[in-house]
Amino acid sequence: MSMILLIEQVLNGLQFGVMLFVMAAGLTLVFGVMGLINLAHGSLYMIGAFAAATVAGMTGSFLLALAASLAAAAAAGAIVEVVVIRRLYARDHLDQVLATFALILIFSEGTRWLFGSFPLFLDVPDWLRGPVSLPGGILYPAYRLAIIGVGLAVALGLWALIARTRLGIRIRAGESDREMIAALGVDISKLYTLVFALGAALAGLAGALVGAIQSVQVGMGEPVMILAFVVIVIGGIGSIKGALVASLLVGVTDTLGGVLLPVAFAQIMQPSNAMLVGSALASMLIYILMAVVLVVRPSGLYGARA
Amino acid sequence: MIAEKHLNWLISAVLLAVPVAAWLAGEVYTVTLATRVAVLALAGVGLNLALGSGGLVSLGHAAFFGAGGYAMGILASHAQSYQPLMEWPFLIEGTKSMPVIWLVAIASGAISALAIGVLSLRTSGVYFIMITLAFGQMFYYFAISWPAYGGEDGLSIYVRNGFPGLDTLQPIQFFALCYALLIVALVLCARINASPFGLALNAVRQSAQRVETVGLSPLRLRLTAFVLSGAITALAGALFADLNRFVSPTMFSWQTSGEIMVFVILGGVGRLYGPVIGAAVFIMLEHWLGGVSEYWQLFLGVLLLGVVLFARGGLIGVFARRRVGHG
Repeated sequence: MSMILLIEQVLNGLQFGVMLFVMAAGLTLVFGVMGLINLAHGSLYMIGAFAAATVAGMTGSFLLALAASLAAAAAAGAIVEVVVIRRLYARDHLDQVLATFALILIFSEGTRWLFGSFPLFLDVPDWLRGPVSLPGGILYPAYRLAIIGVGLAVALGLWALIARTRLGIRIRAGESDREMIAALGVDISKLYTLVFALGAALAGLAGALVGAIQSVQVGMGEPVMILAFVVIVIGGIGSIKGALVASLLVGVTDTLGGVLLPVAFAQIMQPSNAMLVGSALASMLIYILMAVVLVVRPSGLYGARA
Repeated sequence: MIAEKHLNWLISAVLLAVPVAAWLAGEVYTVTLATRVAVLALAGVGLNLALGSGGLVSLGHAAFFGAGGYAMGILASHAQSYQPLMEWPFLIEGTKSMPVIWLVAIASGAISALAIGVLSLRTSGVYFIMITLAFGQMFYYFAISWPAYGGEDGLSIYVRNGFPGLDTLQPIQFFALCYALLIVALVLCARINASPFGLALNAVRQSAQRVETVGLSPLRLRLTAFVLSGAITALAGALFADLNRFVSPTMFSWQTSGEIMVFVILGGVGRLYGPVIGAAVFIMLEHWLGGVSEYWQLFLGVLLLGVVLFARGGLIGVFARRRVGHG
């Protein structure tokens, strides 16, 4: 295996990882502040992708498409929060799981109804098409590099928002003591709607960005959402920093595992068997990683509470 | 409003009477629908033991459902092709005999539940939900990427497996088998709930700390419940595979976990017959709404949302008097 291929795969892993982070950040924020487990986060990812594909189809502009994905997902998030989610904060996790599972059914079937079962296509914009040459003679797709950039910018922006702004102070206060911040005169229900819409907008952005390299279809969000859960379990619930570290870890592990394990097994067994065992094991690798983290640190790498 | 006990008798009687009447009238399709209800209800009864009695919100029961399904699929496909499963260190051959398949399915469900339970019961609450969901997904991807047993395409079994003394190809006889197993599981769960173990489990759900102070281990109680629960759901998986004569990774998918949970909730969490009525309503909705609109799950979603937000205690809670304390 050549060094260039390996570096390419590491970059692919990073690209996958930062997108997982953008998903996981919203989930972990919502859980940290409102104590809510939201299974419908994947639906918001899907809504972002469909909005982007629709707007790109109408206007041809990728930037407008991205703006549409943010706006549509944030709006859907805000509406869902006001109509449904708000009633669930005081309920137990079982009710939250079921209500948000019901939301998945509604969003998925509603989207299928509006757009049909065939996937839509969202094209990479012309100015990001084609490869970029990196030091060391590596050619890497400019679009994927841009995704890594956007993901890191989101991470930085979130950090600045939470550490440096008034809203961030309120979010942190909401995480540590919900009753107290309400008693201090902060309009807690507006804060909740805002945080939920922010998480939703991030999910929508991730959906639109990934939608341009995969197809945009109903059901695209749930596998990513489940991976975001794995990320949160590894990183520790409620921790943005944990989500960043864990999502990069999961992204790189998954991508490199898929490439390296068959090669590694080929050293000790026949190539055809090695391919088989290697790819089967690679599909389980991140869950094994999660299991190991659970054994060593049950509350995650950066988790404060179990 | 009637007592829950009487309602349970009524549900059992209706679930038996409808397919028998349909069989006498020659409506084979209704018998198949009733068989689906019985099998899916059995899966729900399994989950209800963990969820209702133990308070363990598992979103990964598809792992056990699928494990049971694949236990059937693998054994029957080897019997079909006359290839032994394993020749060394000892010979294991495939089988088409239901009792053997059931035992293997129960064992594989119990072993998977033990492995997942040991890891995920180290945590609780929302972590537990996410972890069971993730492990379920692991089984799903493994089934897809392991081509020996069909991979993504799944496995077809040409002839339904046999049961000594019965002709399982007759829909009504296969229904009778599934119904009998469902009743056995229900009686077993009723006995478990009334046993010292069941009482301790109920106590763990309400306050693990208090149970620990009287010298019982909450982890061990929960793990036992989780393993029993996985074993019952795996048995349902084997029957489901036999009903369709087909197994595929879909049995492992997170939607399957969600649906099994929906049966339990629609009927009423912690109610003995909750999963039965939940599965029956689900299948009827699928049948009727599915005939009206291709997008019937949209209506299912709205109904489910309504039940969660406004009708706590599920359908049995609407009809029966006694409320089960849940918190």
